[in-house]
Amino acid sequence: MEERLKQLQQEATAKVEQSVDLKQLNDVRVAYLGKKGPITEVLKGMGKLSAEERPKMGALANEVRDDITKAIETKQQLLETAEIEKKLTEESIDVTLPGRPVNSGTHHPLTSVIEDIEDLFLSMGYTVEEGPEVEKDYYNFEALNLPKGHPARDMQDSFYITEDLLLRTHTSPVQARTMERREGKGPVKIICPGKVYRRDNDDATHSHQFMQIEGLVVDENIRMSDLKGTLNVFAKRMFGEDREIRLRPSFFPFTEPSVEMDISCKICGGKGCSVCKGTGWIEILGAGMVHPNVLEMAGFDSKKYTGFAFGMGPERIAMLKYGIDDIRHYYANDQRFLTQFGQKEFK
Amino acid sequence: MFVSYKWLQDYVDLSNVSPEELAEKITRSGIEVEGIEVPAKGIENVVVGHVLSCEKHPEADKLNICSVDVGEEEPVQIICGAANVGENQKVAVAKVGAVLPGNFKIKKAKLRGEASNGMICSLQELGVEGKLVPKEFAEGIFNFPSEAVVGEDAIEVLALNDSILELGLTPNRADAMSMLGVAYEVGAILDREVHLPELDYNKHSEQAADRVTIEVEAKEENPIYLAKVIQNVKIGPSPQWMQSRLTAAGIRPHNNVVDITNYVLIEYGQPLHAFDLDQVKTNKIVVRLAKENEKIETLDDAVRELKPHHLVITNGEEPIAIAGVMGGANSEVTEKTTTVLLESAYFAPASVRQTSKDHGLRSEASSRFEKGVDPKRVELAAERAAQLLSLYAGGEVLSGTVGLDDMDKSEKQLTITLEKINRVLGMELTVEEVLDLFRRLQIKAEADQTTIQVSAPTRRGDLLIEEDLIEEVARLYGYDHIPMTLPVHETKPGGLSIRQQKRRLIRQVLEGAGLMQAVTYSLTNDQKAKEFALDVREPVKLMMPMSEERSNLRLSIVPQLLESVSYNLARQQDRIAFYETGSVFLEEEHSDLPREDEHLAGAVTGIWHSHAWQGEKKPVDFYAVKGILDLLWERLGVAEAIRYEQSKEEHLHPGRTAAIYLRDEKIGYIGQVHPSKEKELDLKETYVFEVKLESVYRYETAALHYTAIPRYPSIVRDIALVVESEVLGGDLERIIKNAGGSLLKSVKLFDLYQGEHMEKGKKSLAFSLIYMDPARTLTDDEVVKAHEKVLQAVKDQAGAELRG
Ligand SMILES: [Zn+2]
Repeated sequence: MEERLKQLQQEATAKVEQSVDLKQLNDVRVAYLGKKGPITEVLKGMGKLSAEERPKMGALANEVRDDITKAIETKQQLLETAEIEKKLTEESIDVTLPGRPVNSGTHHPLTSVIEDIEDLFLSMGYTVEEGPEVEKDYYNFEALNLPKGHPARDMQDSFYITEDLLLRTHTSPVQARTMERREGKGPVKIICPGKVYRRDNDDATHSHQFMQIEGLVVDENIRMSDLKGTLNVFAKRMFGEDREIRLRPSFFPFTEPSVEMDISCKICGGKGCSVCKGTGWIEILGAGMVHPNVLEMAGFDSKKYTGFAFGMGPERIAMLKYGIDDIRHYYANDQRFLTQFGQKEFK
Repeated sequence: MFVSYKWLQDYVDLSNVSPEELAEKITRSGIEVEGIEVPAKGIENVVVGHVLSCEKHPEADKLNICSVDVGEEEPVQIICGAANVGENQKVAVAKVGAVLPGNFKIKKAKLRGEASNGMICSLQELGVEGKLVPKEFAEGIFNFPSEAVVGEDAIEVLALNDSILELGLTPNRADAMSMLGVAYEVGAILDREVHLPELDYNKHSEQAADRVTIEVEAKEENPIYLAKVIQNVKIGPSPQWMQSRLTAAGIRPHNNVVDITNYVLIEYGQPLHAFDLDQVKTNKIVVRLAKENEKIETLDDAVRELKPHHLVITNGEEPIAIAGVMGGANSEVTEKTTTVLLESAYFAPASVRQTSKDHGLRSEASSRFEKGVDPKRVELAAERAAQLLSLYAGGEVLSGTVGLDDMDKSEKQLTITLEKINRVLGMELTVEEVLDLFRRLQIKAEADQTTIQVSAPTRRGDLLIEEDLIEEVARLYGYDHIPMTLPVHETKPGGLSIRQQKRRLIRQVLEGAGLMQAVTYSLTNDQKAKEFALDVREPVKLMMPMSEERSNLRLSIVPQLLESVSYNLARQQDRIAFYETGSVFLEEEHSDLPREDEHLAGAVTGIWHSHAWQGEKKPVDFYAVKGILDLLWERLGVAEAIRYEQSKEEHLHPGRTAAIYLRDEKIGYIGQVHPSKEKELDLKETYVFEVKLESVYRYETAALHYTAIPRYPSIVRDIALVVESEVLGGDLERIIKNAGGSLLKSVKLFDLYQGEHMEKGKKSLAFSLIYMDPARTLTDDEVVKAHEKVLQAVKDQAGAELRG
């Protein structure tokens, strides 16, 4: 009997080995381990054995059964893995084909520039102020030290709606309005972005509508060195840590002293090239110390308070940053233009 | 202002300072040098030649064979095509080997069989702008005055190797509209002396006052009027050096008298006018305001009507000049003039500005009067011109100056403390440093320990308040020396307002959903301003538009977006999706400013979803756009208050348009552009929306609260309802929600069927309802009860039957 069992074990193991698929393997299982299988058959003859041999034989039979079961399980795992692999190979796809496009829009480049500037100044404790685009002559000019008949009014020919109303020519009236609201109490620390309008024919460098963003800080003891330091932070953050700034004297009716800020040219590294017209420097913005007349008109005591203001054109900044050569691109909304600004810039 | 580097050396020593270095220094201390031009850059081998003989070319009518002495052993033969070439002229000769602008090389040549060894040049060929070439040489070659020396370098004689600095003057720096003003500036920058012209000359014994009388009636408009008389003047060309300097300054040479007045204008910044005294006829000058209907023929041969606020110079009878703007033809200096009345005056800036504006005449003279000339230079300039007229026009200057000088020329006194200078600049200058800067500027300043007294010279009319002095100090000391600091004060955290945060969120959501941000113009034409408007009214209009296309402020953003859609369609874009946020402008009756409402608008057309190689391509439809808005409402926290109602709007498809309500206020619309409008604009099926953001911004959103994730299972019941075609899905959904009670958690439409298996005029809508109780497991009974209520409600309120 013992021999018969061992023989069965060998037979079964061999058949397990020979199985090429799960079905054959299952046939082997049914043939050897099933209720009508040879092992069960052998065990039926146990009654003929002595009481001593019976448990031994029982144990052996179980051992054989277990071994066969184990062999089947091992083989089954192998076969299953092979089967899965075969199936997966059949399922394979061309991973180099294009993915399903996800619809996605982009910020207009001018919005990106404005939001970047806003975020920088927000982090320095500024708030963002807004004001009307149709403005009173008073806020657009007079409150900014540009009385009627002032020669500098020629500098910014404007679109009038009535004798007293016009499309604002700069965002500075927001400064005047904000200061007025604060009723002579500092600090004022604001940034004012928005659309402005001038009587210009649209061409590559002029637009009758464009954006401006201005900043204003008024408090006791605000110094011109604070203006320079602030502009330096701005320039490095906006254009790169390796850029230098320089201030040049200039003139604006609402500031005194007035300055223009240049940044070092990135393209030539200051040696002079066509972009910087050979000077090594690129003009970025105008700024200055708030004119005492402007402070007084907005209700601030110019003996106690000083302030600085700066203003710039997002169109120009985007032109410099991205090499855009025609201001009209910003307002044509050509998707082939706009989609180029989807990529986030990190700094 | 064009500044000749050579001319400037008359007043300031510029040794060891190249034009480029000078330009950089000037720019850095306050006046932007916008460019440096060397007219004859790179030109060599052009000399003064003497035309010994000049004959017609036998083979060519228009050519001349000239024999020209160029200072070499033998004269050279040159074929010249200029009509004005002639024997005995002194001319500029480009010799063989010369290179002229535009890389034009002069070579030996043969013209119709005759040798030509060089070229006789026009001034244009030597780099002079055509409008600056004296009229008589404008169409041909240039002639030097007869005293020119043969063989000398013509470029040197013409001073075309000069460097001309172009100053971009800001309105406050009128003081630099003269060579002397620039000299003071450069003297201060370089810390070098300024040399003023010597004004000695011989005077004729006769008194000018015996020849003319001057009366000024309008003293407010004309506080200074001075005149000199110069007799026996010989009109002719001015010396070459003067012509060259005028050319450099951008003024065309004319004749000696006119050139001298222009020369002094540039040198002193004081405009002068020369009258032919014999043509003045009355030997009398009366300055007054013009009379109603008075007329004058000016030097440019135009007859101009005068108004009573125009200041005129008259001979006591009729106007002979518009003061400070332009002279009259009746008293013009001509070739026959022998006696000159030279006018030097101060005309009030506002008066000249208005007059020149009224006549559309801006000149070198008016632009200086408009800014206010230096009253102290009025007489000096007259003396300078008299001196030059005696030297270069053979004139005899009568003794004395006639006229009236009623102007206060005292210097403005300003006081400033050192503490203030340092406090505003953030610097630590000493009194000595500050005083030294004023010394360099030639501005009188005195100081005790803390306070500085400054006398602002009349030539610096821009120095009016303390801050002006601070600027002088800072710019001359150098902005580079200002340290960099940040404001030291109590800092509050910055941040965006709620509306600004919401605006940024709108951008994020819409861009995330596939719309591109557009920025369009606020100004448009009358028709477009009104179209698609949520509030229909007359648009705000410009008083004087530049064009009809940009004459009205928009009432809606949609028309401008549709323009951008057409633009892109014409450029083969198959999916166009824009949004824009911006102001629309509404005229308000009882407000001084129009109301500016911020609107959000969108326009979408073309393919919405496509995956070409998988064969998917779905055009945009109403629901694609609505879905985006729904997402937006959800993110903004207003979804609960938003509702859509079937609506009809102008220019929108009558069956595919919804009005959008926030609570009970209509805040916008969404719909397909009306097919006839689409046709008009060359659009394909296009969907648009416009929403008033003010209401959305104002809506107070509930605070976010976490709701526990349900621990008990929910029960789903699907129902298919058959209703009349007219019944709206949104209404059914509302009925279900209202009837379902607190256990009904959600209702979703999952199928819509209309067609052959449906009774005519009916449709089927299938909803999926989810019932749940967060506190316990629902029993079947409870759900059945709730669900029966729902079925009853849709039957009662919408006539809906369960689909069998
Ligand atoms: Zn460069």
